[in-house]
Amino acid sequence: MQLLFIDRSRALRGAFSTVLCVTSLWAAFAGAGCNKSSASTSSDPAASKTDKAAPASTERSTEATSTDVMTPPGVEKSTLKAADYPTAKVMTTGLKVDDDSVTVGILHSTTGTMAISETGSVQAEKLAIAQINALGGILGRQIKVIQEDGASDWPTFAEKARKLLVNDKVAAVMGCWTSASRKAVLPVFEKENGLLYYPTFYEGLEQSKNVFYTGQEATQQILASLDWVHKEKGAKSFYLIGSDYIWPRTSMKIARKHIENVLHGTVVGEEFAPLGNTQFGSIINKIKLKKPDVIFAAVVGGSNVAWFKQLNAAGVTSANQTLLTISVTEDEVLGIGGENLTGFFSSMKYFQSLDNANNKAFVEAFKKMWGPKSVIGDVTQAAYLGPWIWRAAVEKAGSFDVDKVVAASPDIEIKIAPEGYVKVHANHHLWSKARIGKAKADGQFEVVHESDLIEPNPFPKGYQ
Amino acid sequence: MSLNEVGSMIAMQGFSGLSLFTVLLLMALGLAIIFGQMGVINMAHGEFMAIGAYVVYLFSQLTQNYAPGLREVYFVPAVVAAFFVAGAVGYVVEMLLIRRLYKRPLDTLLATWGLSLAMQQFFRSFINPKEVSAELPEWLLGAFNPTPSIQVPRNGIFVMGLTILVSAGVYLLMLKSRWGIRIRATTQNRVMSSAVGINTDRVDRFTFALGCGIAGLAGAAFTTIGSTGPTSGSLYIVDTFLVVVFGGAANLIGTIASAFSIAQAQSLLEFFLTSAMAKVLTLMTIIVILMIRPQGLFTNKLRT
Amino acid sequence: MSHLTKKLGKADLLGVVVLSAVILVLFPSVFGIFRLNLIGKYLTYAFVGVSLVLLWGNGGILSLGQGVFFGLGGYCMAMFLKLEASDPIATKIQTTPGIPDFMDWNQIVKLPLFWLPFKSLTFTIIAILVVPALFAFLIGVAMFKRRVGGVYFAIITQAVALILSVLIVGQQGLTGGINGITDLKTMHGWDIRSDSAKYILYYVNGALLIGCVVFTRWVLSTKFGMLLLALREKEDRVRFSGYDVANFKTLAFCMSAVMCAIGGAMFTLQVGFMSPSFVGITPSIEMVIYTAVGGRMSVVGAVFGTLLVNFAKTFFSEEYPDLWLFLMGATFIAVVLLFPDGLAGLYDRYGKPFVLRRAARAHSKPKATEPNVAVATALESGGKHG
Repeated sequence: MQLLFIDRSRALRGAFSTVLCVTSLWAAFAGAGCNKSSASTSSDPAASKTDKAAPASTERSTEATSTDVMTPPGVEKSTLKAADYPTAKVMTTGLKVDDDSVTVGILHSTTGTMAISETGSVQAEKLAIAQINALGGILGRQIKVIQEDGASDWPTFAEKARKLLVNDKVAAVMGCWTSASRKAVLPVFEKENGLLYYPTFYEGLEQSKNVFYTGQEATQQILASLDWVHKEKGAKSFYLIGSDYIWPRTSMKIARKHIENVLHGTVVGEEFAPLGNTQFGSIINKIKLKKPDVIFAAVVGGSNVAWFKQLNAAGVTSANQTLLTISVTEDEVLGIGGENLTGFFSSMKYFQSLDNANNKAFVEAFKKMWGPKSVIGDVTQAAYLGPWIWRAAVEKAGSFDVDKVVAASPDIEIKIAPEGYVKVHANHHLWSKARIGKAKADGQFEVVHESDLIEPNPFPKGYQ
Repeated sequence: MSLNEVGSMIAMQGFSGLSLFTVLLLMALGLAIIFGQMGVINMAHGEFMAIGAYVVYLFSQLTQNYAPGLREVYFVPAVVAAFFVAGAVGYVVEMLLIRRLYKRPLDTLLATWGLSLAMQQFFRSFINPKEVSAELPEWLLGAFNPTPSIQVPRNGIFVMGLTILVSAGVYLLMLKSRWGIRIRATTQNRVMSSAVGINTDRVDRFTFALGCGIAGLAGAAFTTIGSTGPTSGSLYIVDTFLVVVFGGAANLIGTIASAFSIAQAQSLLEFFLTSAMAKVLTLMTIIVILMIRPQGLFTNKLRT
Repeated sequence: MSHLTKKLGKADLLGVVVLSAVILVLFPSVFGIFRLNLIGKYLTYAFVGVSLVLLWGNGGILSLGQGVFFGLGGYCMAMFLKLEASDPIATKIQTTPGIPDFMDWNQIVKLPLFWLPFKSLTFTIIAILVVPALFAFLIGVAMFKRRVGGVYFAIITQAVALILSVLIVGQQGLTGGINGITDLKTMHGWDIRSDSAKYILYYVNGALLIGCVVFTRWVLSTKFGMLLLALREKEDRVRFSGYDVANFKTLAFCMSAVMCAIGGAMFTLQVGFMSPSFVGITPSIEMVIYTAVGGRMSVVGAVFGTLLVNFAKTFFSEEYPDLWLFLMGATFIAVVLLFPDGLAGLYDRYGKPFVLRRAARAHSKPKATEPNVAVATALESGGKHG
């Protein structure tokens, strides 16, 4: 034990050299592996926090977009000229639109617990905006971005939403991720008559004039996947597990109704773990006791990682158990580790591995902008659709006014959508396909099933 | 359900409880030293764990990129390195920050809270805003089957072994070594200790570094069972404090007993009730017991 | 001694006047309604700050669960507003019209019993004041009678906060879960979302806050306040002098809880929803930090501290989104290391002698700097913990 009493200067030097050594290792590894992190924080000029109307930064962002960004194939550069759409005509409600530019807001958590999930959405929205700018913008106007941090805190979301709408007068906001953040900003958007494009798959039961939901609502994500697992795997008994908040609870409610009333199967257990729960030992034992045909899971966040790691460690793998999850995209796999998921099924509308021309171009453009190691999950793709849907609606309406954009939105089609094709429904959700992906060890999914286009139905009869 | 199955279930559930116990204990050991011995309320303890987890991730990335053949062995040196890196960061933090606050224990809470914010942002800005995962060696994946119907998680066994090792080490260090005597002397009476020739500054610094190092070790071990991300550390912090406080802050045996009872209560309740209710009931029981025994389960009679 | 207190009182009265002028005159004339509403929100946190000056700065009792009381007050108000927002016509799309939307989503078909009284505004206002006080009383009696104090009390209150937030999030059919209670619109038909309502609410909030500040200062100047201070310094001596220490501590805890609850209720009114995130641990600790920045001994300082930290937070997060947490973290560390008595400490050291000298000159009483020495000694001893 005397050895521990080395003299002070030696200890100091030792400590410092350890720190130095680690730092240099880190630099090496960041250079080798992880471009994404640096890209997301600094290297992208268009992404940097924008322009309180500083002309220099406007120039910079235009320059960056026209040279750097790959645009989707088959989309012609817009020939619309701002001069043909005088500002006084296209904007009558005091939004921040002038002769060369229009300002939109991005409102996601870049700090706090949700930053893990929302980072991808921010990247996708910035990519779409940069692409639109490179293609001539909207009604001849370049899009400028004001980004705010919701900090994973719902009151902060409400505060920042109000700031974007009241103070900055943005023409549209791409943002929010959790249902709680959406519920917090919803009254603000309705009161100030703003426009929100919301990317996450969610529980439904909501339809607002001021919100467009570019992810799946619960029935789109759940029903087709349950049908599939019932038919393909002959599943009769289900164990439902989710995190304890509104989305999993509503999803499980819908799943239970469908399992019991339509598939005539049984739900042998239903479990909700508190958000942030890190210990799943007892829950896993309960599941083992019931031996369900299928585990149907909707665990989120850090819990999700703990859940899958501990499941694997408890010997529950795809070799002996069918598991269908509605909360794992490629983003989550990064944290969980592909080896813990191999062979499990995920129900989403988009997977990075989708084999179509739109998606290939999208993935390439995304990686060019955010680094070759980027992964793209379902929500990231849905977030990418937001600016495109808005652009199409604005150009169809010939106006930035929220009421006119909303009126023009139904039946807008996005043919360049990476997921293939989507159409806006009159209820502000999207027609889209449900897909089942089988997880592979490398973190990607192999698409094993694809449904037809499903009509969105946020208030499903018989499921409430 | 056959008798055999019931037996297996009891065995596995028993192991879950034990496994949770070792997890809680490993979380709490570092804090038991920092908070229990030194009285520093280190709110950044979770972030020191995250440092450990990131070190394992770093090793895993380096192995993957430069020496894929070492996948099966990199984990052990990574865990050791996690101890030293977190310890080194702790050493520096003590030197720059904690040293000035020993007379104001509640202020250490505020300062280390600030530190934890900054550290989280550091992970986010310089490593990755998303969660990451270290690629674990095969021998840590899956379950070990003593009989066909019993599956024992290998990572659980690993954490358990590590915890036993670390606890034994800490116990010997604190109670049987001269260094431990110095630590205890310093925390009990700083002035007297320095009067009898103990370099109290150095003792403080190494003690804090040791606590942080153990946190790093815990974080490294937890990459096998939990997430690694900028805010992962915050998932553990409250539980950790409760274990230490419940055990009686200044007593290692108390910490062990407390981790054991909390873990057993939680894992049993979780088996029969919903998780949320299990958590609430466990916490309430802790509070009630603390009201009856405000100084925790075990108190160190030497302290005043 | 009384002479000295009077002097101190005069100097601190200046603080209250300045504070009132800033809140009621300066801010409304400088800022538009959007920023003013934001400031109103920050000021609701200042209630917690003021309560902590009473409890922590002067009483030496650090509670890391003040968010619980803030949340309770906020939830009481939110329940009333939510019931009004959920009239059968507005909720006709639901399976069961007339109950809050989140209940409908959770297959609840009848308003739970404990929601019923919240149809009355009078009951709600009483509940905002009584429920947190009662809860604080229970915790206080249980803890202080058993002589749980210091760090232990801090960590137990943290556990209480955790329990309550797990309960609220878990019982979403009754409480709205993680979403909180959202989409609040009117109070007795009065639209709280309109600009005029926001102005009115801002002034009501400001007036209530100043009321709390004055009340706290008064409490601290009474014998009770002296006892609190004495408790902080040497609890055992107070006990041996024959006082029932636990009762005094419990009373202080209840007072602080009520103040937090008023803040919470005003938060709900001004922001339009209540979230369980306030009941958690993070906001409770953050609010302690606001107080520390402002100066844990100074009631007025706590308000300014809250404003300053929140201004900084908003400014940093708008201007430096990648860096703002570094800046916040560094600020907290710097305050603790360099200005342990916060803004108020700075003022006492540099501002007050100046003000007092000026005042003294005006009244031609040259020995007016004397209190400053007393303050300095008081603060010095305040920094020490037994």
